[in-house]
Amino acid sequence: MHFEYQVEGGDFTNAGTTSSTVKKMMKQLGVDPTVVKRTVVALYEAEVNIVAHAYRGTIYVDLEENCVDVKLVDEGPGIPDIDKAMQKGYSTASPQVREMGFGAGMGLPNMKSNADKLTVTSVVGQGTTVEIINYF
Amino acid sequence: MKIEEITSLISGTVVEGEAFIDREVDCAFASDLMSDVLTLRTDKSVMLITGLCNMQTIRTCEMSDIKVVIFVRGKVVTEEMKELAADNDMVLITTNFSLYRTSGLLFNTQLPGVY
Repeated sequence: MHFEYQVEGGDFTNAGTTSSTVKKMMKQLGVDPTVVKRTVVALYEAEVNIVAHAYRGTIYVDLEENCVDVKLVDEGPGIPDIDKAMQKGYSTASPQVREMGFGAGMGLPNMKSNADKLTVTSVVGQGTTVEIINYF
Repeated sequence: MKIEEITSLISGTVVEGEAFIDREVDCAFASDLMSDVLTLRTDKSVMLITGLCNMQTIRTCEMSDIKVVIFVRGKVVTEEMKELAADNDMVLITTNFSLYRTSGLLFNTQLPGVY
């Protein structure tokens, strides 16, 4: 099953609506609750990152027989140093993002701990792609 | 500990989810940092105590399977937050007490922390 969702950068009020939709859908389909929680926590972190850092993005969700594959492709400034971004505590978040309760440099490390497989690729000036795969 | 007892102890007001106040809470976590809330790993029934009062507080709890939230220091919960909480069968409580006092009172009743 394949689903696609659009996310607007800077739209803090609606940040998380896609994660919410995906959570409901996975629950309805009877996916193991542990997998649902890990997937949506990682997805929510990534969705907030699009809202916080990018101009816009698309979230692709593929539910396969043995896994859920979530790919977030954004148009934005990109990440110059992914290794640095993966370090706990490193953040380039704006004061507005911090006011929302984020921006402590915990997002990418937390995505990693909630994903069986996490891939982050980025082109500076173009955008970032994050892929989260969790197996059933 | 029952939500009803918790509300009474902190002189709180249930602003959403009145129907669920006889539910039990196993443990609590206090934080204004939602990134920190998202790192919790537990299957127990968690209650969040926070001073951060916005839509992302509710979204974070939705993703983390947290069903009870206490907003400290007289924060005002918006209608939009209540609607999202209602969609997820959450209980929202407000209190005029501080984060420190609220946490201290609850800790004294032997309600454990997540960690």
